[in-house]
Amino acid sequence: MAQTTNGKTDNILLDVKGLKKYFPIQKGLLRRTVGYVKAVDDVSLYVREGETLGLVGESGCGKTTASRCIIRLYEPTAGQVLFKSKALSANGQPKMVNLLELTREEMTKVREEIAMIFQDPINSLNPRMTVADIIAEPMVIHGKYEKGKSEELIIQLLERVGLRPDHLRRYPHEFSGGQRQRIGIARALALNPRLVLCDEPVSALDVSIQAQTLNLLQDLQEEFNLSYLFVAHDLSVVQHISDRVAVMYVGKVAEMASAEELYANPLHPYTEALLSAVPKPDPLYKSERIIMQGDVADPSNPPSGCYFHPRCRYAVDLCKQKAPEFRELKPDHWVACHRAEELKLQGI
Amino acid sequence: MSTIPATQLTTAPQDTRRTLIEVRDLKVEFNIRGGVVKAVDGLTLDIKCGQTVGIIGESGCGKSVTARAILRMVPKPGKITGGQILYYRVPRQKKLAGSNEVEVIELTKLDPDGEVIRQIRGGEIAMIFQEPMSSLTPVYTAGTHIHEAVSLHRLLPLKTVGDQMVERITQYRKVTREEAREIAVQMLRRVGIPKPEQRVDSYPHQLSGGQRQRVMIAIALSTEPDMLIADEPTTALDVSIEAQILDIMRELQQTANMAIMFITHNLGVIASMADEIVVMYMGKQVERAKVVDLFYNPKHPYTKALLQSVPKLGPKTGQRLASIEGMVPDPLHLPTGCVFHPRCPAFIAGKCDRHVPNWVQVGDNHWVRCLLYEE
Repeated sequence: MAQTTNGKTDNILLDVKGLKKYFPIQKGLLRRTVGYVKAVDDVSLYVREGETLGLVGESGCGKTTASRCIIRLYEPTAGQVLFKSKALSANGQPKMVNLLELTREEMTKVREEIAMIFQDPINSLNPRMTVADIIAEPMVIHGKYEKGKSEELIIQLLERVGLRPDHLRRYPHEFSGGQRQRIGIARALALNPRLVLCDEPVSALDVSIQAQTLNLLQDLQEEFNLSYLFVAHDLSVVQHISDRVAVMYVGKVAEMASAEELYANPLHPYTEALLSAVPKPDPLYKSERIIMQGDVADPSNPPSGCYFHPRCRYAVDLCKQKAPEFRELKPDHWVACHRAEELKLQGI
Repeated sequence: MSTIPATQLTTAPQDTRRTLIEVRDLKVEFNIRGGVVKAVDGLTLDIKCGQTVGIIGESGCGKSVTARAILRMVPKPGKITGGQILYYRVPRQKKLAGSNEVEVIELTKLDPDGEVIRQIRGGEIAMIFQEPMSSLTPVYTAGTHIHEAVSLHRLLPLKTVGDQMVERITQYRKVTREEAREIAVQMLRRVGIPKPEQRVDSYPHQLSGGQRQRVMIAIALSTEPDMLIADEPTTALDVSIEAQILDIMRELQQTANMAIMFITHNLGVIASMADEIVVMYMGKQVERAKVVDLFYNPKHPYTKALLQSVPKLGPKTGQRLASIEGMVPDPLHLPTGCVFHPRCPAFIAGKCDRHVPNWVQVGDNHWVRCLLYEE
């Protein structure tokens, strides 16, 4: 398995190594396990402090599962999730802990430091709670709610995300999609987290609201020194907000590099094809689009060797036989492809 | 099918493009508790054969209602309260007989359940919906879906007479079961579904999202429509599948000289598909132009803001996105004057909030509804 932290431990906040999540497929009366859906299959990535790591891929590639495994909403099958925690260290100095080895109580403590923003702003807010209750809930759960002081904080948060204090007593259905997403963001910030896992936070929003929300997320990052793991399928959004980007394909990370590097000089054929398929908002833009044949591989029955080989136009025999290793080809540019050195791929 | 007359498949030269649909000052209103929502308010556009007209706008701006109004499928309590939709129709029977005689139909005057609109809907004007899962019936196979459309709408000539005869015999028949299945397999192959002979018997849940959307396209195109209304056809799909679907649509449009009305909120998709674009905001069309003019020389502040608020691929600028401030207004309490004025960066106090802008021409085939361009 690849060594991801490349020896450098510079400011690494989250370091995921060899993360796996297999969902069993059960059949029959006795619910016998007949196979596994390898939703996340050996994912390694890292997030530095104060940066945004974009995680892109097509639907069903395991982006969301990976992010949920990180805070153990799903119990991973294997791997390590190292997180630099302040809450768990005795002397106030942050120390690296493996989240997968923590007890329930310890995990609850760590969850103060890791917040989550969900895709669907309608279903992720309880319709029977007012905005004030929704934002206060994390504080109540973690025993940090103090009458008066916390209420003030909630009002501050609400104003910070662009809502008004008189919205406090309203219910989620009274808001538009963009406003609901802002409530979700305010809730995520209630405990002053250090890492925020954003699971497709803008994909359900209209273009103009999407821009507002992205700007808000960027402002908040600067103000509170947040780190984001930004899961999305929209490559332009991810490029806009991310410092580094990881591309996933069928449960594996295909490529990971800084945003500029990945979009300008992709090393994996899948990244190249994905970039060429993005529709450009420019009617005079003409380029040869690479049409990937067929559909995304089935994670319960993946192809042999490199999972991408049936759709890859550069595939050779080796790709069918052996799975490529995820390796650091250039400094901070990781790729899982046998032919990465020889291929000249087209970026944007 | 060797029996398909050749005239249906040849591409007409550019200059002989005839108008197919003409919408004039269309108004659709929803009378709900609490007031009247003007979902579409004064829409004017025309669509020519072989042309793609894109309609863009944010959710709730009336894009989908416009499409449904053309097919007379506006859901209750919505009503077409004004305007005209003229459809220049060459009826199927006449087309089969080799005639190109055009008859004009006022779609808004038709009985929405009547014989004529039922022939047009699905047969001559087909529609692809956004959500492929909920628009296919889970208990029918892909083949059954196509068979239904084909058996209702596709007509074949009973017999074609040899070259020595001047006129073809104007008799026609419906397709048989076997032919319908054959058409279904052909259509699935054309939209790029692997192993169509087996897939024709698959149920929707056995297909992936991209395949379902392709089945939707196959259903819509199996009747060889003159116009296709595509309502966010790729919004639910991944970029790689989206690129495939758009390619299929472009290719089929070229071979069949079909008009497409393409509804989307994705500016990237529309840039590569449309010839002409209509921008809508709160039920009103705010700008209409050829695709290049709209992207390179937008006039209306809303169009400009919309174009600037999408993140673009390419060298990173590190800049913030230009966002449109505020929110889409409540459709029951629309702002006075120009509906966009509370969010408009070019707002002129005392003018924009008092006067309703008119639809003015600012260039060749370039129209805009904004007080900045009025004398």
